[in-house]
Amino acid sequence: MKKEGEVRISSGCAISGIFCRNGKRITGEAIRKSIAVMHNRSNGLGGGFAAYGIYPQYSDFFALHIFYDSQSAREETERFLDKRFDIINLSKIPVRQTPKIPDPPLIWRYFITPLPHLLQDSQLDEDEYTSRAMLRINDSLKGAYVVSCGKDMGVFKAVGYPEDVADFYRIEEYEGYSWTAHGRYPTNTPGWWAGSHPFSLLDLTVVHNGEISSYDANRRAVEMYGYPCNLLTDTEVITYILDYLTRKQGLTLRECSRVIAAPFWTTIAIKDEEERSRLSYLRKMYSSFLITGPFSILVGFRGGMMALNDRLKLRSLVAAEKGGTVYFSSEEAAIRVIEDDPDRVWAPRGGEAVIVTLDKEAAV
Amino acid sequence: MKEIDIRKDGLEAVRKQSGGDVAVTGCLGERYIGCGMKDGILRIKGTPGNALASYLDGGTVLVDGNVQDAAADTMNDGLLAVRGSAGDALAYGMRGGRVYVLGDAGYRAGVHMKAYGDRKGILVIGGRSGSFLGEYLAGGTIIVLGLGYEGRDITGYFCGNGMYAGTIYLRTGKAPLNLSDKLIRRAVGEDEEEQVIRPIVEDFASVFSIPAASCLEGGFIAIEADSSKSYSQLYAAV
Repeated sequence: MKKEGEVRISSGCAISGIFCRNGKRITGEAIRKSIAVMHNRSNGLGGGFAAYGIYPQYSDFFALHIFYDSQSAREETERFLDKRFDIINLSKIPVRQTPKIPDPPLIWRYFITPLPHLLQDSQLDEDEYTSRAMLRINDSLKGAYVVSCGKDMGVFKAVGYPEDVADFYRIEEYEGYSWTAHGRYPTNTPGWWAGSHPFSLLDLTVVHNGEISSYDANRRAVEMYGYPCNLLTDTEVITYILDYLTRKQGLTLRECSRVIAAPFWTTIAIKDEEERSRLSYLRKMYSSFLITGPFSILVGFRGGMMALNDRLKLRSLVAAEKGGTVYFSSEEAAIRVIEDDPDRVWAPRGGEAVIVTLDKEAAV
Repeated sequence: MKEIDIRKDGLEAVRKQSGGDVAVTGCLGERYIGCGMKDGILRIKGTPGNALASYLDGGTVLVDGNVQDAAADTMNDGLLAVRGSAGDALAYGMRGGRVYVLGDAGYRAGVHMKAYGDRKGILVIGGRSGSFLGEYLAGGTIIVLGLGYEGRDITGYFCGNGMYAGTIYLRTGKAPLNLSDKLIRRAVGEDEEEQVIRPIVEDFASVFSIPAASCLEGGFIAIEADSSKSYSQLYAAV
């Protein structure tokens, strides 16, 4: 029998997100329930969750979730970390064994902070220092995959249906103000543990329904800026593009949305002059980061969430609001299952980002 | 009236119905409800899943709330009436019957609707539609009323792109945004409004028990393919 990745399976995927503007921390039960409604959009070859606000006791430290293929990979990686970081705490991530999630890798969690003198000598800020180290682990330490490395957040992902992944990681035991979820139906690339969504770098996470037609052009561009793409899945490149544009180019997420889902020139042409010159600038300046092909994505970041469709809206995305809570999902039913009486339900338009952030008094 | 709780009885119980008046309760994302149905009435409670009333071949599907993507996909005959809003690709490739949505429709509503012989699909959207309304339209009639959006854009971008037959009627005086130069936009005269639009809109209004007069207020414009720049040459010389 051919392995998944050698055969092509037709399309699908599901995404869901919950964001509590008032900073209220909710358990993973709600997001599990939401993504489970869209079971048929997945095929058991990938599921995952990103959660923010789950490690308040360690909020000053980078939280690493790492997959290892072997004990030797773990030992090598820990030696690598030990040279560069102060490891405040380390442990296996507690899981619930289930026959639905077979063959897990070794899954470890570390809370770390850069060694002060090395950080100072590097002349980098701690985000850059840490992200370089993490990309290097993914790029050069065999059998080790950094799944997430932000502060007060984490990614939980596996090969399996998302609801089973939730049970496996016991996500009902975590409390966060922001959750995203993904059910995978891999189309062009293999379903494997590190290749499941969300994809993450520092505080940024991305879940994605769709495929990137411009992948190779985008990959070449980000690799030029020091982001090696190793996870065999197109979504990875969105994470690096957004990290590059926000952290290194200083763009806002709204501006990023105009880069990766840039309007057509004919659409830009009928905008007023100021908007026209702004949109033209972004399209020309960052043309290699234009993402073509169908997508709907949820981007999690510290204190906020962004939902974005491709400019043609070739993948479904529904938004809803109830009190201080905002919901996004591939299907309205997946919102109704956890909030049956929303104040407002709407479909964001193609290329028009919906960005929600914590209320001022709740800011982290 | 019979009741089917889809959570307990499943889609199979809905499929076995024929000819009756049936309430389908507890819907939450179940796909293919009413798919290929030939007669009878389904009254949908909750949020049905994708491809509701796809290949509908007669009978009536009534929905209180919203419907998701690909409702009335390749519908052949009958009526789908939605009191809420519809997701993307509504009435995709529809070739007969009526689809009425009181609220808004998503992107690509009526994409590639067609007509043949006495089969002529009718799609009416009470609110506004997303971009690519009637893309590649090959026949049938689409009407967007823009109720509640008076004076504002009601179709988004690329309305009727690539259409080569059929007609899109919009209850607005404004030209759609970036309308293709292969399309023509014309005002609708009194005769055409009375003979073509009024009967459809009165039927639409009676289905939802709303006054027809308010749905006909102000004039309509029509979008059609420009026969001198036909897309028909694009695919096959005719």
